[in-house]
Amino acid sequence: MSTPRSEAALDTAFFTAWITRAAAAIETDRVWLSELDAAIGDGDHGTNLDRGFAGVMRVLDTTSPRTPATVLSLTGTTLISKVGGASGPLYGTAFRRAGNALGDATEIDLPGLASALDAALAAIRKLGAARDGDKTMVDALAPAVAALNEAASNAAPLLDALSAMVDAARAGADATIPMQASKGRASYLGPRSVGHRDPGAASTVLILTALRDTAAAVGSDVGSNGSDSD
Amino acid sequence: MVGLVLVSHSARLAEGAAELASQLGGEAPVEPAGGLPEGGLGTSIELIERAVRAADRGAGVVILADLGSAVLTVKLLLDDAADLPGPIVLADAPLVEGAVSAAVAAASGADFAAVRAAAEEARAFHKI
Repeated sequence: MSTPRSEAALDTAFFTAWITRAAAAIETDRVWLSELDAAIGDGDHGTNLDRGFAGVMRVLDTTSPRTPATVLSLTGTTLISKVGGASGPLYGTAFRRAGNALGDATEIDLPGLASALDAALAAIRKLGAARDGDKTMVDALAPAVAALNEAASNAAPLLDALSAMVDAARAGADATIPMQASKGRASYLGPRSVGHRDPGAASTVLILTALRDTAAAVGSDVGSNGSDSD
Repeated sequence: MVGLVLVSHSARLAEGAAELASQLGGEAPVEPAGGLPEGGLGTSIELIERAVRAADRGAGVVILADLGSAVLTVKLLLDDAADLPGPIVLADAPLVEGAVSAAVAAASGADFAAVRAAAEEARAFHKI
């Protein structure tokens, strides 16, 4: 019997692995994120997010979340508590609303994941009052969520859908470079904010890339082991 | 009496604004919520929540904030404020001028809506 490459199950372990991978990516790139922020903001985006995700890892290590929703909810609550900068309430509410959207399910399907990211985007838009083109994390997240929803409605394979999401996020973050900021401290710079990548859009790409890479890693592990497939 | 909470990225800025507002506003409860619990610049939802409870005298709490994450953190707290004493509002007002104006109004016995209005009227203060 052949052992075809399996899709990752979007269960509690998967969501924990995603957040763990995102925390590691933020830690690795914290200096870069803060440098991006220093160009147009107050230079603490990487430090703040790294402090927040380090706190998230302590919480996830000492609790045993039973559902994907609990993983995201704990992540959001801890980011709100620990980050200290604007990205704390923004990412925090995004993770919490995404968690709420997942309900009590122990395994999530692709449309469910897309709905959760819809809820995350709506929460960020509501709290930050940012519109498309304001040079914020919305400029990476909105096209990513749209791409994921399109892939989900076409019943695309999980990894293809998540790759389309990451590609759209990257393109969206690249598109912030020529934008003029109209939210946050960068907006005080006016035209001088042009020519710099938005740090919030950059960290959004890292977090979404971690999601895609988690699915790729789990899928390839299962495929290579040839076990655990129903 | 209506209570006030002053939220800033800086503990010293929040404390200084509270000192000034208390000096001019007499008896009104004015609680600072600045910086991070472990020190350093930033905003802490826990410190803000604690300050709201400390400022509450049963007639409502008006919150003033400086910038960016201070505003976002207060908005988030109010979105989820199931068990906070009410009514609570974030005034759309400058921190220092709004705090003084609101503290004077609160000390005079003004109600929740009037204290909020006093804070927000400070946006139109001209200095020269």
